[in-house]
Amino acid sequence: MNLDLLSRQLIDRFQHGMPLCAEPYKEMARILGCRVAQVMACLEEMDQAGTLSRIGPVFEHSRAGASTLAALAVPAERLQQVAEHVSQYPEVNHNYAREHFYNLWFVLTGPDRQHIERVLEQLEKDTGLMPLDLPMLTAYRIDLGFALGENP
Amino acid sequence: MSVCTSRSEDTLAQRLIELTQAGLPLLDDPWAWLAEQLDLNIESTLDLLKRLQAEGAIRRIAAVPNHYRLGYRYNGMTVWDVHDSDMPRLGALIGAQPFVSHCYRRPRRTAWRYNLFAMVHGRSREEIDSYREHLRYLLGDACTADEMLVSSRILKKTGLRLPPVPR
Repeated sequence: MNLDLLSRQLIDRFQHGMPLCAEPYKEMARILGCRVAQVMACLEEMDQAGTLSRIGPVFEHSRAGASTLAALAVPAERLQQVAEHVSQYPEVNHNYAREHFYNLWFVLTGPDRQHIERVLEQLEKDTGLMPLDLPMLTAYRIDLGFALGENP
Repeated sequence: MSVCTSRSEDTLAQRLIELTQAGLPLLDDPWAWLAEQLDLNIESTLDLLKRLQAEGAIRRIAAVPNHYRLGYRYNGMTVWDVHDSDMPRLGALIGAQPFVSHCYRRPRRTAWRYNLFAMVHGRSREEIDSYREHLRYLLGDACTADEMLVSSRILKKTGLRLPPVPR
């Protein structure tokens, strides 16, 4: 079986969940209709290529405390410097530059809401910019991955 | 008595998180490896994983791809101003689209009118534009304004990392 096709099938089939049993790769091979050695080779190749982020449990962020989506409207000439400053906070686990008036978007995670508010205040003090604070109200879909399909 | 039991359970769960949050080693039987690390047998290890998943501490146990490396270089954060009364129905509808990875309701602010967020991913700008069009069609008149914020650079991306607990 073509490795690229196998890797797509593997991700589409198991990015939402993999068998929770002893020797799970044997079960995955059975489901995909290939040999366990092929599954292992495919995972190793994806791991080395960086296309596999990881295999294992994905933990629930919100149970670790509080989180929010925050944004800053940063003057273009300061974007790099402010972005680096924001990324230094251990509370920041995603930080993206986006094309918009609000051009820096990041997720803050902390033990409780108070902690998040303190970080937001500190960021405002450090940068002179007023952060948008957009905590989640309802989740309709939580990062369960999305379908890749089989076309490269 | 029960306090002691739950404390040792918490310690085990904490150890499990530390051992697996960066991913399992690629071994023939990763759960046997984990069991050995936790000093449990395989059945108890699988039971612990099932319990943490049932409690919601584990979202899923899965093969997590790096979408960017797979060629999905374009991600758009689509944001929508949706009538509050239509939100329960439409939030669920948008979240159910296969090309959406995250979909959340968030509060409006003085400087921010959008209350529905949906992340879309694709291998080209055209692909994510077409997803946005489709979402716009699904939302119809219940949505009065929308934008798509395309990411130009990923500056930091780490999964949840808990600091190790002193033992």
